[in-house]
Amino acid sequence: MSHQPGTAALTEALAVPRRRTDWTPYVLLLPSLVFLAFFFVVPMVQALGLALQGPDGAYTTAAFERMTGDAQFRTALLVTLLLIVLLLPLQFVLALAMALVVNARLRGSSLWLYIFALPLAISELAAAIIWYGIFTENGYLNTVLVGLGIREHPFIFLDPRQPLWTVVAIVLAELWRATSIMMVILVAGLQSVSRELVEAADVFGAGPWQKLRRVILPLLRPSLQVALILRTILAFQAFAVVIAIAGRGLTVLAAEAYRWYGAYRDPHVAAAYAVLILGLSIASTVAYLRLLPVRQGMYA
Amino acid sequence: MKALASTALPHAPAAATLALPARRRPPRSALLARAGLYLLAVLFALWVLVPIWLIAVAGFSTRADVYDFPKPLLPRSVSTDTMAFFVGSSGVLGALRNSIIVALVTVGLATVIGAPAGYAIARWVFRGREAFRLLVLSTRAFPIVILSIPLAVAFLQLGIYDSIWAVALMHTALALPFAILITASVFVSVPVDLEEAAMTMGCSRLDAFRRVSLPLALPGLAAAAIFTFVLSWNEVFAAVILTLRERTLPALVLTVLNESPLPFRFAGAFFMLAPSFVFIFVIRRYLFGLWGRVLR
Repeated sequence: MSHQPGTAALTEALAVPRRRTDWTPYVLLLPSLVFLAFFFVVPMVQALGLALQGPDGAYTTAAFERMTGDAQFRTALLVTLLLIVLLLPLQFVLALAMALVVNARLRGSSLWLYIFALPLAISELAAAIIWYGIFTENGYLNTVLVGLGIREHPFIFLDPRQPLWTVVAIVLAELWRATSIMMVILVAGLQSVSRELVEAADVFGAGPWQKLRRVILPLLRPSLQVALILRTILAFQAFAVVIAIAGRGLTVLAAEAYRWYGAYRDPHVAAAYAVLILGLSIASTVAYLRLLPVRQGMYA
Repeated sequence: MKALASTALPHAPAAATLALPARRRPPRSALLARAGLYLLAVLFALWVLVPIWLIAVAGFSTRADVYDFPKPLLPRSVSTDTMAFFVGSSGVLGALRNSIIVALVTVGLATVIGAPAGYAIARWVFRGREAFRLLVLSTRAFPIVILSIPLAVAFLQLGIYDSIWAVALMHTALALPFAILITASVFVSVPVDLEEAAMTMGCSRLDAFRRVSLPLALPGLAAAAIFTFVLSWNEVFAAVILTLRERTLPALVLTVLNESPLPFRFAGAFFMLAPSFVFIFVIRRYLFGLWGRVLR
């Protein structure tokens, strides 16, 4: 830790071998540890239990069978994956472009950062309603289309029988809301990319595109990895955005978990969905760690 | 993409020319690239701001205007009609009250539990410190779904299901990692020397903390509190799973959404996003500490 007070590290390094352990930090950590154990570890174990037990407590895979046998399961899984596949590349390019603009030290760069970061604090539900307002039949997009004479009558974008535009609206809503978190991670990463290296590339005659590909992106790799992992895990939990824009027209995994718990009163199948989401999150994290390996020295 | 990259990266040559004013004027291409960069910044800003503008216009117009087509892109008349309709809808006031109480309780719990841990990480080098940091970092993005459903079952057995306390406990769990990380970065920036100076002058460790570090850390702690407040204010999945009648605002809006008229939806959306403007303004110094830190 570079910002760790040097004195503390020094005292530790010079400490007499059998110095008494200072228990204060452990006492200060204890409440957090207990709370995290109760609200992260215990529920996770219980979720596995719920998913693998029947109402009578006997172990069974019935919940998973009901989940995979349900008519909505395939749609939910496919839509969840489709949204991630469509959303992440767009989000990555937009976040990188925004981060480079912030990093270019324009006049009023803190104002630009403030504006670009605004959606960070906007909830999925509020963002979804805003984009519903844009895409709904009497909404803003149709206002513009009819106003410009492109269409004579409003077009029904959010048609449950034609999910194409509904998917577009959901992707745009998530692109609008959730790109800022990636941008913040990338801006922080860019600040640690040494200017000397970029300027050295300049001296050697690298064009902007080459500088981005050969210098900046490789150095950004640790941040990219974190940004992608975080966004993918969050995208597996997409929920309110789908309910608010598509109604019952489309569904995703988290929405099914909610439906099984809330409407069908079956916590076992709901837990099976939760375990599936957790499994997919872990699998995607492992995949990113494999596909975008970060060498130890790259953190420095 | 090529055009974008060529406009996005000219800062190095521009900076070099600025540093050497004796050299000739910056070449036209550098000026053009600079202009392109501003254009891009304006476009991104519009992308973020236009949807917010539209929802604000809709939220502060009359209900007749909300139903109108084509919709006004500029406010015809500023009216609180739509907002009043939303607040007056059944259940909204109670849900609003619940949301505020849940958020405040969450702020209190997360601060009381998380701040000591943040302080410990900032001030001591101890065995297990890195492991604890890693644990906290990895709980930042933990799926809410997998926590909410078993907790709902457990709360049902404990008899606190469908209460604001259940939601507040769940939100505290979600907010705790952030509270710990913000407090840690706050106390790292408060010089330890001041605390040590106070201790050499006869303060106890606790006194030194209370009278020297705490006042200096207060603005940062306030930022942590606001972060926690907005996290709780925005959260909907756990809230909708853990309550039936004692809904928070997002949980209520979500459950009645698909049967609600447009003015209700628009005013509700504006109501829910209003605190975020203040939030980013207060929290902006800590954004990078929260999200910027690459697992280390």
